[in-house]
Formats: sequence, structure tokens, C-alpha cells
Amino acid sequence: MNPFASAQLTVVPPSSAAVASELRCSGAWSVQTIANLESRLAEVRWPPSGDIVVDGSALTALDTSGAWLLHRTIRRCTADGCVVRTQGFRAEFAALLALLASHEIDAESVVARPSPWLARVGRRAWYLVAGTHGYLAFVGESALALLGSLRHPSRLRWRPILHNIETAGVDALLITGLLSFLMGIVIAYQGADQLQRFGANIFVVDLVALAMLRELSPLLTAIIIAGRSGSAYAAQIGTMKVTEEIDALRTIGVGAQELLVIPKVCALLVVLPLLTVYTDVMGVLGGMVMARMKLDVGFDLFVDRLDDAVQLSSYGTGLAKAPVFAMIIALVGCYRGFQVGGSAESVGTQTTLSVVQSIFLVILTDALFSIVFLWLDL
Amino acid sequence: MTENAPPPPSEPPVIDVRGLCTRFGTAVVHDNVDLSVNVGEIFALVGGSGSGKSTLLREIILLQRPASGSIRVFGEEIVGLSDERALPLRRRWGVMFERGALFSELTVAENVGMVLAEHTALPSRLIREVAAVKIALTGLPADAGRKYPSELSGGMRKRASLARALALDPELLFLDEPTAGLDPLSASGIDELVLGLRNGLGLTIMMVTHDLDLMWRTADRVAVLGHGHIVGVGSMPELSHSEHPLIRQYFHGPRGRAALEQTWNQK
Repeated sequence: MNPFASAQLTVVPPSSAAVASELRCSGAWSVQTIANLESRLAEVRWPPSGDIVVDGSALTALDTSGAWLLHRTIRRCTADGCVVRTQGFRAEFAALLALLASHEIDAESVVARPSPWLARVGRRAWYLVAGTHGYLAFVGESALALLGSLRHPSRLRWRPILHNIETAGVDALLITGLLSFLMGIVIAYQGADQLQRFGANIFVVDLVALAMLRELSPLLTAIIIAGRSGSAYAAQIGTMKVTEEIDALRTIGVGAQELLVIPKVCALLVVLPLLTVYTDVMGVLGGMVMARMKLDVGFDLFVDRLDDAVQLSSYGTGLAKAPVFAMIIALVGCYRGFQVGGSAESVGTQTTLSVVQSIFLVILTDALFSIVFLWLDL
Repeated sequence: MTENAPPPPSEPPVIDVRGLCTRFGTAVVHDNVDLSVNVGEIFALVGGSGSGKSTLLREIILLQRPASGSIRVFGEEIVGLSDERALPLRRRWGVMFERGALFSELTVAENVGMVLAEHTALPSRLIREVAAVKIALTGLPADAGRKYPSELSGGMRKRASLARALALDPELLFLDEPTAGLDPLSASGIDELVLGLRNGLGLTIMMVTHDLDLMWRTADRVAVLGHGHIVGVGSMPELSHSEHPLIRQYFHGPRGRAALEQTWNQK
């Protein structure tokens, strides 16, 4: 049998104007060959009533797809009031036709119907409301779990906390340090021209130190950690959800919050302020290097000026943001992980969402901090 | 053990494995395995956990490459075959994976239709209809077609996976643990389905299984894999009289005897 032999169909009488009375099938009717037959069958004019003969004596092959096409034609003609007779089919082909006839097949029921647009808009809106509600509920649950852990510190899981500190903090030292060093260089370089014009070279210290300590270093660190660790949290918890590990934890009587969320929150609460201090230093170092190269401000001069330029409050306002950013990143990452449905794609969607939303919230919070600090005159 | 005895092996075998060796590092999984599956046969491959049955199956369906030896499917040597040249062969067989391996983002009907859309020129309406036919043939209710795999029970997921494997009307069907993880009622439904497919569509079926009931009810021949070799091939009654210790262990354990008794009681 050659599966690629073409399928043939002869309608008797051959004129397309007259109504058909006999259908001769020949060749191999298989899933690979019937594509053009369907349109031909659709063009045939069937008699309103009377006899139709379907002849299969020249068929060399028939698979379920070919048989379906025949069966569908026969079914339609029968429904129109014709009497359809099949003849000349090999025993196995006739058996296949009988097999299809014995099943209720409704092609329309397998297609998911799209809902009307108003319903879709409504559902979207509801998802948004439910999503906000779910997020608040999650924050509440996490807070309760955290309180419970703090009340019984023996129940805190130190090993996962330390592990998370290592992966989110120690392993991120190189990338955060390098990036904020470069950021310091860039700021000093951008400021150099303007400052030189006024002969105010020494103020490069104020520029670099204030920009890095108050704004850029906490923000930059938070964004890197959101991309590095927040996404990892979402993907880890999401995959555990797909493989039913979360359900398994629940049945063992271990709270998923306690084992998965709290250690991550605690770890980031420790790590992010520490990393911020570190990136503060690296950023200022970058500025120092650039100041010496471009503005002839030597290291000792720079450090002298640093003492006057930076008050403790400037340093504190930058550092105060770090724990808040840490909470946002850890909670958004974990929450998105728990929102994963049963599919592989939803792991990807939720991981992306976790990064986008946590960076969005971090920048939004940063702006709010600026407003609050303005009021407080810090 | 079926009403329709398998045809005598006058035609060349569908699958012919000769001198197959597989090693993972230093561990020898297959040592000179010979095996052949005839046209229209339901062939079962059994063996303890870690005996390399699934590896053998993966090698036959071109997911893994053996260290040495020859595997011929439909008369063509497949060891070392390029993806391009393997494509016509892949269209002629269908595989049902142990855990379904349905694409989770697609409905059941889309899972079946996707295979048809990839490999045929059928218009999309006909694809939907053919998908509905396959879904009905595997005994799923029609509304299962628009459900997502995560909404299906284990048994329904296996049937949906089977519907996808049947999409291109393959001549050869591979089933990996078709009844694993199913309740007895769903499992016996799968038994019927396997028999029905062979008798109704004239398929050749090769399955990897642990299920003695399934083998008693459907398999024409069974091969037992142990210690890297095929330790016995034959029909279930033949194997149940074998003296080989591994086979005796397998078929005369407490569960093996229960399956045997049940089969005799049904007759």
C-alpha cells in the first residue's frame, strides 16, 4: 500500500448540473490524501430523495479520516431523505464505516465557543478585583505566618533562610557590585562636564554620593534582585504547584507559607539592606575613580569632601527603603508562584508577571518614599 | 488470548531489533537484545523496574540512541537516522506516553488537531471533525474535546493521549504503561480499547506494561526483559509455564496468580 497514492472520486452522472446518483471511490482515502476531496464532495448536487449508490470496489486504502468523510456524506444524504446503499467495499473498510456509524460524533461539541465580548470584559474586570483581593489575602496570611514564626522562633526554618541568603545575597555580590560601580562611573562622567564649566569640580562628590546613597543604589539593587530572585521564587513555587508538591506539603501538615514564603521573606529582609550598603560603597568607589580621571579630584580629597557632603540622614533614607523593597520582591514572587495553574505556560506567565509587578511596585514605592521624605524634610 | 488469532508471520516483522546494546556510563542496560513484532500483533514488553523496558521503547521511537545494534521499523534501519529522514516513519507510528504528555495549553481537540494541522493539508473544519472522530473512537465523551488536560481525570487523560497518538491513523501504536495509575474499572476500559483498536483499525500495538491483567486479556505475545536480556518470549500461557526463575518470579508472585485465576474464571 502506498499511503501517498491519490484519492479519486467519480460522480455519476459526471455533469455537475445533473443530480448525482452514484459515487465511485477509488485510490487511497487517507488523512494525507483527502484534503481536496472535501471541496469536491461539497460541490456535488444530491438528489432531494431517491437512491444513491456509493461504490468502494476500487478503494485501495481507507483510514478513519477517509472513512469519516464518506460517513459524513452518507449521513447528510440520509438525513435529506435519500436511501444510500454502499457496495463493493472490502470487509475491513465496511467494518470501519460501521465502527464510525456506531459512535455518536458531534464535531461542533469539541470546539470551545468563545464567549461574547461583554462577558469577557466582565470576567477580566472580575479577575482584576479577585486578583487584588487574593494578593491582600496572601499578604495577610504571610504576615500571620511571620508573626507565628516570630512568636516561636524555634519554628523558624533556619536552614532554608541561610540557603536563601546565600543564593539571593552572596551569589549576587558580583553582579550588583559591578553594576553599581559602573553606575557610579556613569554619574560622575555625566556630571563632570557641567561641573567643570563652573569650576565646581569638588561637587562631584555630592553628586555621586547623594545620587547613589539616596536613590540609585537601593533602587538598582532591588531591581536586580527582583529579576534574579523574585523570578526564581515564582518559578520554583509555580513548578512545585504543577507537580503537586504544594498539596503534598499541605497533607504532611507543613504550611506552604511557613516553609516556602517566610524563609524567603526573612532572607531578603537580611540580604537587601546588606547588599544596599555594599552597592553604596561600590557606587561611590566608581565615582571616585571617574572623579580622579576626569576632574582631578584625588582620592584623599574625595574622602574629605564625602564627610561634609553626606549626612547620616541621607544614608539612612536610602537604607530605609531596602527592607520595604525586600518585602515587595519576596511577596510578589511567592504570590505569583502560588497563582500558577496546571500548565507549563502559566509558570512562564506568572514568572514574567512577578518580575514586571515587583519592579513596578518597587519604583512606585520609591516615588512614594520621595514624597514622604519631602514632607518630613529629610 | 483473543478471539482473533494474530496472522501467521508471513509478512516481514514491523519491528525488528537485533543485537541491541545500551550503556549508561558503565551500567549495561541492554546486552544483545533481539526482538521482533509482527504485523497486527499486540506485543507486550515486561520486566522489573529498571530493567530497561522504557529505554528500549524510547530507542525504537527514536528518542534515544543505542550504543550498538540494529533496529528496523517497517523494514527501515532507524539507528542513526536523521530527523529529516525519520519524519515519514514518525508519521506512521503513534505514541501514547505514560503520563499523557498532552500539551497543557491546548484543549484535547486542539491537541489532536495540532498533529493533523502539522502533517496534512486538511482544511480546519475537517481537522476539527477528524479530531472529534478520534476522540469518540477512544471512548471519550464528545464534550471532553473542549476541555483542557488539567480538567480531565487520569483515565480520560490516557484516552486523550491515545486520541492524539491516533491522529494520523498510524499503522503502529506504542503504549507506555497504558494502565498505570488507573483504577481497575478504567484499566479494564483500556483493555477493551486496546483490543478494539487492533481489531477495528488493524493496528500493530507494542506496549510496555506491568499490568498482568492487561497482558492476559490483550497481548498476543509477551517478551520478558531481565538482566539486560530477553529472558523469554511467548504467549501468556506459554510464559506462565516457563521455568526461568525471573519469569516465574514475575508471573507466579501473589498478584500474578490472582490475575491468572481471574482469567480462568472469566472463561
